[in-house]
Amino acid sequence: MAAELSIDWTRCEARGVCLELLPELLQPDDWGYPMSRGTEPRVAVRRALLADAQTAVRECPRLALRLTPAS
Amino acid sequence: MSVPAPDASAGRASLPHVSGLLAAHTDSWREHLDLLGPLPRLSAGQLLSVVADAGLTGRGGGHFPTARKLALVAGARNALVVGNAAEGEPASSKDRVLLGEAPHLVLDGLLLAQRVVGARLAHLAAPADLLDDVVAPALAQRRDRVRLVAVPEGFVSGQETAVLAAVEGRPARPVTLIRPLAERGISGRPAVVLNVETLAHLALIARYGAAWFRSRGVPDDPGSRLTTISGAVRWPGVWEARGGSTLGDLVEAAGGPTEPLQALLVGGYHGGWVPWHQDAADRPLTRAGLHDYSAAPGSGVVVALPARRCGLQASAGVVAYLAGESAAQCGPCRNGLPALAGHLDALARGRSGARSVQELRRLSDVVDGRGACRHPDGTARFVRSTLRTFGDEVEHHLAGHCTAPDEPTDATRRLPWLPS
Repeated sequence: MAAELSIDWTRCEARGVCLELLPELLQPDDWGYPMSRGTEPRVAVRRALLADAQTAVRECPRLALRLTPAS
Repeated sequence: MSVPAPDASAGRASLPHVSGLLAAHTDSWREHLDLLGPLPRLSAGQLLSVVADAGLTGRGGGHFPTARKLALVAGARNALVVGNAAEGEPASSKDRVLLGEAPHLVLDGLLLAQRVVGARLAHLAAPADLLDDVVAPALAQRRDRVRLVAVPEGFVSGQETAVLAAVEGRPARPVTLIRPLAERGISGRPAVVLNVETLAHLALIARYGAAWFRSRGVPDDPGSRLTTISGAVRWPGVWEARGGSTLGDLVEAAGGPTEPLQALLVGGYHGGWVPWHQDAADRPLTRAGLHDYSAAPGSGVVVALPARRCGLQASAGVVAYLAGESAAQCGPCRNGLPALAGHLDALARGRSGARSVQELRRLSDVVDGRGACRHPDGTARFVRSTLRTFGDEVEHHLAGHCTAPDEPTDATRRLPWLPS
């Protein structure tokens, strides 16, 4: 994994831009909020998807996304 | 620093040690000095070292080693030091009782923490009535300066980031952390938030030493801890227990069961159920001791559920309460907790099928780890514990009957098993 996509839940309002840009990593939950497709709540971003993740961070209308180095 | 008492070391040597936090009860600063002597003249480094030797861990529920927590901010520029008595857990009253009994001990600990960190000012966050009735009058008897911060009642307003928000004059709601609190706090200032019981232990450790503290517990659970024991016990209330005490010891300390028991809720509303039998009674109130039951000591809450009550009904009341206490800032919590409460309520009332159980499991996974604070995670943990502990009862409800149909009143249903 190259990075982790973290979501500021106090900002996110389920606008769905990230869901469109990162369908490989995210799926909508029951209410449309982004949820990891993996088994854990954290969203691991592999190298091939890093550019798309950066676009999602930039385009989120709520500025709710951040990319952090993989721990 | 001048205090109205004889030389610190001489005074300390001649005073008999108090037997614990609640034995440090005094009605005035003068009485406090007579009982405990003044604050010892230890340097920041000496304090850090004695706290590390004592093995003191956080008593607010986190169990993080206090010396490490303090060391992370010690010497930081402009650091915030906050004592936390915003006890949001309805089944806990230890912080309120401790402040009421020994406010000077808590203030001593807060001032020592301030000394370790090298902060200019210490803050004490607590419900407004406690500040007005207890803390402000105690502080007025001393020469020390502490800034008092009122925090509104509420389950999540005691979380560290919510308390820090209150300290900064914002609403007491959890905040998303990007960097650790010790590095940047919630808005740039390094911060350390310590539970008031942790501070009171610190004040006694500084006076009596690490060996004294350790003698009041066992190697993997040093020192004593305050517990709040309620439900079907003879003397519900706050009890100070030696480290290593078992669940059976705690129930006995509270006078024993008043009737046959079914389970204990351990660790509070974010904790877990432990079925009541001999193996459980022999388990110590430690992380390791409770691991097999997926429970943890939390802030020392034990609620005894009698056999005649339905575990699903009691749990549905807890989850309904937790859903209502969401700060409603984060979508998964704001939407998911009421959904969990609804499914558990339907199951408890016998108005749902097997799909409700699947939905409870699925929604617990959906909300887990998806909020600014641990409220959704704790609620998910409690729901999973309920399904696991009362699995037989779930089967009965799905088949259309309840083995413990002792229907409580609406009031106790909403907020079950509060300490009386």
